[in-house]
Amino acid sequence: MSDTAISIEHVSKSYRLGTISSGTLREDLQSWWHRRRGLPDPNQRVDQMHQAIEGHTLWALQDMSLEIKQGDVWGIIGRNGAGKSTLLKILSRVTAPTSGRIQIKGRVASLLEVGTGFHPELTGRENIYLNGAILGMTKTEVTQKFDEIVDFSELEKFIDTPVKRYSSGMYVRLAFAVAAHLEPEILVVDEVLAVGDAAFQKKCLGKMGDVAGEGRTVLFVSHYMPSILSLCPKGIWIKDGKKFMEGKSRDVVDAYQTSVQSGGGALAESGAVHRKGTGSIQIKRIEAYAGSKTALSRLATGEPFYMCFAYEAKEVPTKAHIEVIWSNGKGERCLHFNSHRVGQTLILDSKYGEITCQMRKCPLMPGDYTVRTKLFDVGGGLLDEVVDAAVINVAPGDFFGTGRLPAPDMCSILVEHDFSVISAPHVSV
Amino acid sequence: MALEIKEENWDLVIEPPKGWFALHLRDLWKYRDLVALFVRRDFVAVYKQTILGPLWHLIQPLLTTLMFTVVFGQIAKLPTDNVPKFVFYMAGTTIWNYFALCLTRTSNTFIVNAPIFGKVYFPRMTVPVSVVISQLIAFAIQFSFFLAIYVLFWARGAPIKPNWAICLLPLLLLMMAGLGLGFGIIISSMTTKYRDLQVLVAFGVQLWMYASGVIYPLSLIPEQYRWIIMLNPLTTIIETFRYAFFGQGLFSWVYLAYSAGFTVVLLLAGMVLFNRVERTFMDTV
Repeated sequence: MSDTAISIEHVSKSYRLGTISSGTLREDLQSWWHRRRGLPDPNQRVDQMHQAIEGHTLWALQDMSLEIKQGDVWGIIGRNGAGKSTLLKILSRVTAPTSGRIQIKGRVASLLEVGTGFHPELTGRENIYLNGAILGMTKTEVTQKFDEIVDFSELEKFIDTPVKRYSSGMYVRLAFAVAAHLEPEILVVDEVLAVGDAAFQKKCLGKMGDVAGEGRTVLFVSHYMPSILSLCPKGIWIKDGKKFMEGKSRDVVDAYQTSVQSGGGALAESGAVHRKGTGSIQIKRIEAYAGSKTALSRLATGEPFYMCFAYEAKEVPTKAHIEVIWSNGKGERCLHFNSHRVGQTLILDSKYGEITCQMRKCPLMPGDYTVRTKLFDVGGGLLDEVVDAAVINVAPGDFFGTGRLPAPDMCSILVEHDFSVISAPHVSV
Repeated sequence: MALEIKEENWDLVIEPPKGWFALHLRDLWKYRDLVALFVRRDFVAVYKQTILGPLWHLIQPLLTTLMFTVVFGQIAKLPTDNVPKFVFYMAGTTIWNYFALCLTRTSNTFIVNAPIFGKVYFPRMTVPVSVVISQLIAFAIQFSFFLAIYVLFWARGAPIKPNWAICLLPLLLLMMAGLGLGFGIIISSMTTKYRDLQVLVAFGVQLWMYASGVIYPLSLIPEQYRWIIMLNPLTTIIETFRYAFFGQGLFSWVYLAYSAGFTVVLLLAGMVLFNRVERTFMDTV
């Protein structure tokens, strides 16, 4: 008997792109009838005529093999859409793989999203039982753990209130408390910690640490590298559906961050780039650094901020405007740059070149940011738009010169500010 | 190496879906507590924030029966085999309702539960099975109500005589549940791809009721056409139910056996299809 908890062998998962069948029975029957008689399918899109009927398939996971030992704690990292969630979905049996095989020893509990199966009309108490059963516990098991769960969630006072009256933070606390007490042999967690206040997040991380300490196996997907580093000794980096790197989490996270901090480099590298616009000018590469062009270092909070967009123009000279939006991991748009707003028209007089933008101090909180770019002509016509142009990581830095940064969920951006006290001893406010 | 693998006893093997006959019934049994909680949830949650609460279980059949008595009994003057009209229609609607609710409430299993199904695994069959059980509780309430009315009529000397066929009631219920569940899960499996069926269910059940002898006795149908309506497995169940309580109507072991056979085949087909769809429906829903 080896101590393997999960053995993943050559697992692949494909999705068909576009709509799945035409959606109505009549059209499907019609297509089938025409195919049978060797006639062209009347419901096939014209642009698909010359392609195979199977259409396009997207391989969300390709030939993934991994062996996870009992008691291992793995951090799974990778960009959005790399296949991390698909892997977890297959592991938790939400969907089946297209090929390959996974063998598991022990009970798997997944926290793909918390609060699964909570019914808003039922009370906290009723939902603990319901949620516990959905996650695979028996009624007796829930009863045994009930007090612990309530303690952990810190919701004693509200336990007989319908959960529809809960705040979202309370909701998550209750849900995580149930899941945390499931005592599975294998725990699969996906980004749960994005919600809840800082104190509760800390508690959750502690609980996950305990779970790991008890010799159970944990798979943890997160975009927040510090928690990966503090929780997971081992890491795997998934890129474009394939296992790109596996090893010590320190090494994997470093390699991953090096790749994202350089701004993804050339856009084509990230695979399918969805562009809009006429394309007479296109952004080809995005980079963001701390410091000036001559002394580059990794982008960090509070450091000088330098962005660089390599372009290719079909006709020169030409005049254009650029708009750049930085969004954080929660999808909030944090920063907006626009050459038109600041009254600067870009004059591009060579076919290849770089547009640069500078800021004295990077106001962004540490984390991963998605950058979106748009180029306009002076009349406002769209020349080029790249929605997910790059994912760029901002490292923690010393914004205020005090060595202190707010907790990750306190705010999205930082501004310099001053406090002072004006004494007015004889005036009451 | 190959030997080593053989020795391992894996708890779970995840593979691409293959084979049509893996029914996972043992899984369903393992999750029986979940079924019980779903039943409770369905029952409790529906009537929270309502004034009348579970009384609705009585109001619905009462109003339907009244409506039928007026429209079909008084206005259309359909015969009811000398059974008092009110109690005749009530018998029909009570047992029909059980089937209709099982069918409609299970037919949207995948669509309605997609958010849960997309996040966590548990045997999907727990959901339709719990629906059938919670509807059984609703049926029990309605049936007691029917019995009360029935006894009232009987005590006042109405020409109705209960007979031994009442012992078949559990079988009739089982068949109703099986048919409702069977049709429901087949439709729910197919609606993951074809939404048309959802529309069909809503009025299809209405039309089906008229083809099942809920509002008329079988004796109304000319002898030579009767077999057509008997092809519908529900007709026999409703007719047998009324025969048991009123002593009027047609009773036939042959038709009953046909309905039972139909139920078994339908239920098996439904489960096979359902289990096939549950593995990958998240990709198509």
